[in-house]
Amino acid sequence: MALDRILILAAASLLCGIFLRERGRAWFLLIASVLVIFWLQPALPIRGFDFWTPIATLVLVVLTWYFTADDETRKQRKNTIVLLIVASVVLLLNLTRFVPQLQIFTASRPPQLETTLIIFLISGLTLLALSRLTRFSASFLTLGLILTIGLFLTLKVPALTYWTSYALRSLTGQSLDGTRNTDFVWLGFSYVAFRLIHTIRDRQMGRLPSVDLGEYLTYVIFFPAFTAGPIDRIERFIKDLRAPFAGLTLGTFYPASQRLLLGLFKKFVIADALALIALNDTNALQVKSTGWMWVIVYAYAFQIYFDFSGYTDIALGIARLLGIKLPENFASPYLKPNLTQFWNNWHMTLTQWFRAYFFNPITRWLRSWQKPLSMPMMILLTQVATMLLIGFWHGVTWNFTLWGLWHGLGLFIHNRWSDMTKAKAATWAGTPAKQAVLNISGILLTFHFVAFGWIFFALSSPVASWQVLLKLFER
Amino acid sequence: MNHEIKPLNVLVKGLLLFLLFNLVIAAWQPRVGQFSLYNILYPGRERLPFGENPKQSYNLSLFNLDAMFASHVIAGTPKADDEFRVIVIGDSSVWGTLLKPEETLIGQLNEASLNACKKNVRAYNLGYPTISLTKDVMMLSYGMQYDPDLVIWMTTLDAFPNEKQTSTPLVANNEANVRGLATSYGLRVEADDPNFEKKSFWEKTFVGDRRSWADIIRLQIYGVMWSATGIDQFYPAEYEKAKTDLDADESYHDLTSPLNEDVLAINALGAGFHVAGETPMLLVNEPMLISAGANSDIRYNFFYPRWAYDEYREIMFDLSERNGWAYVDLWDVIPANEFTNSAIHLTPAGEKLLAENLAPYILENCK
Repeated sequence: MALDRILILAAASLLCGIFLRERGRAWFLLIASVLVIFWLQPALPIRGFDFWTPIATLVLVVLTWYFTADDETRKQRKNTIVLLIVASVVLLLNLTRFVPQLQIFTASRPPQLETTLIIFLISGLTLLALSRLTRFSASFLTLGLILTIGLFLTLKVPALTYWTSYALRSLTGQSLDGTRNTDFVWLGFSYVAFRLIHTIRDRQMGRLPSVDLGEYLTYVIFFPAFTAGPIDRIERFIKDLRAPFAGLTLGTFYPASQRLLLGLFKKFVIADALALIALNDTNALQVKSTGWMWVIVYAYAFQIYFDFSGYTDIALGIARLLGIKLPENFASPYLKPNLTQFWNNWHMTLTQWFRAYFFNPITRWLRSWQKPLSMPMMILLTQVATMLLIGFWHGVTWNFTLWGLWHGLGLFIHNRWSDMTKAKAATWAGTPAKQAVLNISGILLTFHFVAFGWIFFALSSPVASWQVLLKLFER
Repeated sequence: MNHEIKPLNVLVKGLLLFLLFNLVIAAWQPRVGQFSLYNILYPGRERLPFGENPKQSYNLSLFNLDAMFASHVIAGTPKADDEFRVIVIGDSSVWGTLLKPEETLIGQLNEASLNACKKNVRAYNLGYPTISLTKDVMMLSYGMQYDPDLVIWMTTLDAFPNEKQTSTPLVANNEANVRGLATSYGLRVEADDPNFEKKSFWEKTFVGDRRSWADIIRLQIYGVMWSATGIDQFYPAEYEKAKTDLDADESYHDLTSPLNEDVLAINALGAGFHVAGETPMLLVNEPMLISAGANSDIRYNFFYPRWAYDEYREIMFDLSERNGWAYVDLWDVIPANEFTNSAIHLTPAGEKLLAENLAPYILENCK
C-alpha cells in the first residue's frame, strides 16, 4: 500500500476516533472497509474485474455469514439494514461511472450498472431461497469450505489462474492474446479466506459466537488488516467492537501513533532501502563474489522482516485509533534460539491459524489410528505437511514448495535434536556464560537457516536458488 | 526524581527540533555530498553516476556534484608517483552508453597500458551523458582537484549551440558553480538565464529539498549493487541502430550559415583551457557516424547537416591555430558499422580503434 493511502486511512481513522462513538464508529468501520476494498483493488487487464472482485468478496462474505449464523441472529432486522447500506455504497460507487471526477475509489471506470443489479438480484434470490429452508444442513458449511478453498487454489496455482484469466477474458469478449496468470489479482483474498475458513470451522465445531452481519463483514474486511493481516479471531475482534467506545483518548492516541510511526519507518525507510539491494531474480545471476552474495541474502532477510512487520505495525496503529486492538504478529523472530521459537514469533497469527485448523486436527486424527504411527514419523508428517501448506498459501509453485519443505524438515530435525540433547545441553550450560554461548549460537544458527530458506522464497526458479546457495559457499 | 515521560512534551519538543533542523539546513546548505561510502566501504564508480532506471542499472542521476565526484574512483585513488593521470571529459560517448566500463574509451586506454613521460598512463572517465560545453567546463573544474597530468576534452558540434548550454538539468541545478566559473574564468552566462532552477528558502530546507537528500542516500545504497555486480547501466537486449537513411533536411537548431560566436558557445572552450591552466589539455573533435544512406549528400547523420558540420570543423581548426590549443580532429576515424544507437556512440571495437588513434597524442602531450 502506498504511503499516501496509508496516511489518508490513518487520518480518517483519527477523525473517527475523535468524533464518533459506539454506533457511529461501527458504521464508519463497516462503510470505510467496504470502500477500502474497492479503493485498494489494483486495476486489472480483464475489463470490469477490478470492480467485480470486491463485489465478489462482499457476496462471499455475506453468504458465508448466512451459512454460519444461528437462526436467531440471522432473522434480526438490522442485518437487512446492513445489507441495504452495503448495497447502496456499492451502487453509489457504480454510479460514479457517470461522474469521472468522483471515480476516486475504483482503479478504472466502473462497469455497467445493470450487471451489478443482476449480481445483486442473483445474490438476493440465493439468500431468499436459503432463508426458506427450515434448517441448515452441515453440508452447506462443507460446501462453503470447499468453495473458499477452491477459490483460494484458483488464485494460487499459476496454471489455474491462467485458465481463469483466459476464461474471464473470453467472457468479457477481450483478446486472448497475451493472457497471463497475473491478469487476475483478487486483493486481500488470502486473508479473507483464512477468516472465512476460521468461522466456518468454528461453526462446525459449535464454538462460533453469535455475530450479526455488520459485525461479521467488519471482521472479515476490516480495512487496516485487509491486505496484510494480522489474522484476528472473530471472538476476540467482536469483543473490542462491542466494547464501549468513548472516543480516542491521549492514552490510546500515543501508543497508536507511536506504533503507526514505527511501522511507517520500518516499511518506508528500512525495508524500502533494503529492497534496493535485496536478493531477487535479476541480481541473483549478476552478483560476482561470495561476500556480496551474503550481503544481498542478508538484505533480503531483513527487508522481508521490516516490510511485513512494518505493515503489521501500521495495521495495529490504525486499528488502535479506532479502538480495536489487533493481535501481535511478530515478536523479534530473528532473536529466537531455535526454529520452533522462530515460528512461534514470525507471522504469529498465521501459524496459530494453521496450528488450530490443520496441525492439531491432523495430529489428533493420526493419533486416533488403531495402529498409530511412531512419534517421530507423526511429527515428521505433521510438521512437513503444515509447512508445505504455509508455503502453498504464498503460491503453489516449486519455490514455495521447497521453502515449505525446508522449514518442515528443519522443524522436525530441531524437534528430534532437542529431544536427544536437551538433558546434555542443560548439564553443559551450567553457568550464565555457557548459557549465553548456547543461546547466541542458537540465534545465529536459526537466523541463517531462515535466511537460506528465504533464498527459495525470493527466487522463482529452484535452479537459481541452488546456484545462489552454491555461490554462498564457493571458495 | 520524577522520570515520567509526558508524550505531549516529547511531541512539541520533537516538532520544534525538527523545525530548527530544517531552518539550519536551509541557512547553512551543508555539503553532505562530500561524505560518501564509496572508496571506503565499497570501490568507487568507474564513471559518474547517471541512470534513468535505477532498479536495473544500480545507478541514478542526481545533481549534487560533490556526491557524484565522491562516488567516483578518482576521489579515492591517491596519485602514485609513477602515474600519468589523464582525465577525459565529454558527453555520453565518453561516459559509454551501452558499454561496460572496461569497453569505453577510458577502459581501452587503460587496457593499452600506455607509458608517457616514463609514467603509467591511468585514464579516468569524467564524461557525463548530456551535450553542453558549459557542462563540460563545470565537470572539468571539479576534475582539476584530482591533479591530472593531461585533460582530454572530447566534443562535437552539438555541444556548442548557445541554447543548449544551461538547459541540461545538471547545469540548470548548479547555478552557483556555473556563475563561479563565469566570474573566475570568463565563462559566458546570461545574468537572467531562465534555465537555472531557483530554490526558495523553503525549498532549501530538509523537507523542501528531500529529493536531493534521498538521491544522495540512494546513491550510497546502490553502491552495494555496483560493487556486487559491476553493473552501472541497463543494457537492453536489443536497441535501434543509429539512422543512416536520413530526411532531406538541411536545418540545424534554427541556425544559418555562417556559424559564429553569436550562436555557438565558443567562449566556453576558452574558459575550459583557462580552467585547465598549466595542465596540458587536448581538445578532440570526437568521431561520428558518416552515413551512406538516403540523403547522405545533405546530412552526415541524424544530428548534422553537412554544411553546419563542415563549417564547425573549419571554426575549430581556426580557433585552435589562433589560440595555440592542442587539437585533434578524429571525426571520421571510425567506420559506420562501429556505431550503436546514436551517431556518436561506439561499439567496443570502435572505442578500441579510437583509443589507438588517440594514444599517440597522449604521449605527445606529456611534459
